[in-house]
Amino acid sequence: MTTAKTVSKDFGFGEDEAMLRDMARRMLSERLPMDRLRKLVAEAPEPVYDKGERAPWDTQLWSEIVALGWTGLAVSEAEGGSDISLAGIAGIVEEVGRHALPSPLIPTLMASLVLRAASGEVAGQLLARIAGGATASLAITNDRGSWEPEHAPLIAREEAGALVLHGDARFVQDAFKADFLIASARLGETFVLCAVETDADGLRLEADHIHDLTRDQASAHFQGVRVSDAAVVSRDAASVLRAAWPGLLVLVSADLCGASERLLQTTVEYAKERVQFDRPIGFFQAVKHPLVDAMVEIDRARSLLYYAAAEIDAGIDKAEIAARMAKSAASDAAAFISDRAIQLHGGIGFTWEYGLHIHFKRNLHNQALFGDGVHQRKKLADLLIGPVSTSPNLGRDPAAT
Amino acid sequence: MSVELSQDQRAFGEYARRWLKENAPPPPPERLPITPIEVMTIGQRDYLQAWQRKCYDAGLVGADYPKEYGGHGHTGCQRIANQEMNRAGVPFLINIVGLSMAAPTILQHGTEEQKRKFIPGCLSGDEIWCQGFSEPGAGSDLANQRTSAVRDGDEWIINGHKVWTSLGHFARWMILVTRTSKDDKYNGLTYFLCPIEGHPGVRVRPLVKITGETGFNEVFFEDVRVPDANRLDEVGKGWAVAMTTLLSERGASEGAGSGGGRGESAIRDLISLARSTWRNGVLAADDPVTRDAIMQRAIVAEGMRQNAKRARVPALCDHPMRLPLQQKLTGSEFQQGNARLGVEIAGAHSTLYKRDPRAPQAGHWPLAYLNSYGNTIAAGTNEIQRNILGERVLGLPKTK
Ligand SMILES: Cc1cc2nc3c(=O)[nH]c(=O)nc-3n(C[C@H](O)[C@H](O)[C@H](O)COP(=O)(O)OP(=O)(O)OC[C@H]3O[C@@H](n4cnc5c(N)ncnc54)[C@H](O)[C@@H]3O)c2cc1C
Repeated sequence: MTTAKTVSKDFGFGEDEAMLRDMARRMLSERLPMDRLRKLVAEAPEPVYDKGERAPWDTQLWSEIVALGWTGLAVSEAEGGSDISLAGIAGIVEEVGRHALPSPLIPTLMASLVLRAASGEVAGQLLARIAGGATASLAITNDRGSWEPEHAPLIAREEAGALVLHGDARFVQDAFKADFLIASARLGETFVLCAVETDADGLRLEADHIHDLTRDQASAHFQGVRVSDAAVVSRDAASVLRAAWPGLLVLVSADLCGASERLLQTTVEYAKERVQFDRPIGFFQAVKHPLVDAMVEIDRARSLLYYAAAEIDAGIDKAEIAARMAKSAASDAAAFISDRAIQLHGGIGFTWEYGLHIHFKRNLHNQALFGDGVHQRKKLADLLIGPVSTSPNLGRDPAAT
Repeated sequence: MSVELSQDQRAFGEYARRWLKENAPPPPPERLPITPIEVMTIGQRDYLQAWQRKCYDAGLVGADYPKEYGGHGHTGCQRIANQEMNRAGVPFLINIVGLSMAAPTILQHGTEEQKRKFIPGCLSGDEIWCQGFSEPGAGSDLANQRTSAVRDGDEWIINGHKVWTSLGHFARWMILVTRTSKDDKYNGLTYFLCPIEGHPGVRVRPLVKITGETGFNEVFFEDVRVPDANRLDEVGKGWAVAMTTLLSERGASEGAGSGGGRGESAIRDLISLARSTWRNGVLAADDPVTRDAIMQRAIVAEGMRQNAKRARVPALCDHPMRLPLQQKLTGSEFQQGNARLGVEIAGAHSTLYKRDPRAPQAGHWPLAYLNSYGNTIAAGTNEIQRNILGERVLGLPKTK
């Protein structure tokens, strides 16, 4: 990973990747058009919001997705996956975001990237399971919602040749659709990464009540979960997570880009059709210009997304810079078009029934996931400007002394 | 999806890099402005004209033009030359109107004779061009032209008033839009290649910009005679010809550097400014708000660079004009945002005009900020750019 490597000119998005992306777009627009999505997840607010039922999803569609091999997109061919470029995966995830597909695909891809970074026999077996259709999710976030790999949510103790996990992992994405979790835990001075089946003894998943209608999220309570050696993925969890992090940011950014482009196109279509003052409202520049600005922001995010994906594929050490740029741009672009989409639709956009809120909320969720724009830029500044100086001598203007 | 470079392009790139390394220009006799449209003094002009001539002789300018029009007969090499010139940080090419507006327009609309006569001087920089489109009553509404051209045998007689004419004070030629018929707003326009310097009836008067410097001009035409041989394309076709010019002008921003190395160096400049500026007892580089603001600029810079790359991967572009038509808007607002941030970081020091001996970096930041409005207004204001993007790319109803 240290040799000078170059990013391919087409970001690694060649004919195969284009074909896969186009196929994903066709399939999802056929199987999950807006009215179907609305019926599926947003028929009525009471079940999810009042009763706290988990967001429904189309398990039939999911089994077709598994049959297409999407769970194995980030798994090597040796382990039974398709091993396409990360830009190619980003292209498919954009379609997933565009159609706001409720599914465990993205958490499973995230788990794959972490397992790849871990390497080794245990990780290899889990990757093969994923390529075969198993689903997974990450349990790496603590109660404070910290995005630092060292802030592991769990405590591990060695007991009779096994590890025992205690603690609460928060914000576990699509936990109720996952077969197993990849959990990070502090073990003395080190960090371990373990695979835990979601039906393991001592593990209780508690559904969060969330706004987003296209996923579930859980707090995972570990109350003495035993993990055998055969399920310890890595004894250097922090390094593994740090190595995988840029890829995780790319996946969320891709989802954001796809959903944002959908909101843009939906609003543009509405602005061409809705007539007020004898003109389609898209004639008015207070409508037209913000839509152009949203397009510019989305395009910036998309270009940075493929750039980050290509850098990660090429094993460039500084890929973190590109990935944080992509997540910052994607989060901010999403915030902007989500806002304008509702506003420029007027009253209809504010209704539950119309359904704009589905993508809006998915974006809002993803904007926060793994850190919003401000968080990414704070990390970027440490990389590009250098850490804030802590030396007491630098804290004061030399001219003052 | 052909994004790989051809053999000719690769060889050309290597040659360009080597040549630029071995032929670094001597230091300028006086400080150069940021862009060609701010060249004011004869000293700057002579230096820059000599540099363009040298680049032209070396094949780095006019690379893709046919040999019979003074070009070097390559394909797809000018982009590479521009990239290398940007990267090498050499001075800009002074004849911007000739290169990015007059020559491409003449190539497309000119007679064989016009192409042979006018294009070589555009490329070599020996003949500086200016653009006579804008008038007091015709800015964004460009077709609202008043300057008249009336036929008189083999000649045309021109009367009128052009404004904001960049480089008019050094120009040998002007690309000129005139009204030849009052009956039709768009089909009553005719395009000329009009002599300026020393030509009877032409008067060039400098205008002073908000920076206190001159830079552009107004040009008055009083019974100016132009031979019919200098008419470009047919009578009444001026609007279509002008559109060719505007398209080349806006597409030229890649060459002008908005997509490439300039972006990175702008961020480096902001970071080093922040590292050397104390504010309220703290280094600006340690201030979280300033750090966030610089990172926002860095993200835009990288975004523009990657947009330029993505524009060459058709599978990743939904609409072929979607990224190219953004360049003028994003490039000019990028520069403006950087300059404004530089002013903010420099704080009290940015109150100093360039004449003040204590002005940091010769007063660069506030001057760059003031000057940046030239780019957000010229070449179609950014509001007009937003109209174009909304209408041509998003398909929203036309403003006009
Ligand atoms: C530094 C500089 C160099 C220039 N060099 C040249 C040159 O060499 N040759 C040349 O011919 N011209 C040149 N120009 C002129 C330039 O092209 C015009 O200034 C520009 O097209 C705007 O026209 P205007 O100044 O008349 O402003 P106006 O058209 O009067 O615009 C005033 C304001 O109204 C807005 N506006 C106008 N119409 C619309 C609309 N339909 N929708 C939304 N907003 C609108 C504009 O965006 C602007 O904010 C130069 C300008 C500058 C600043």
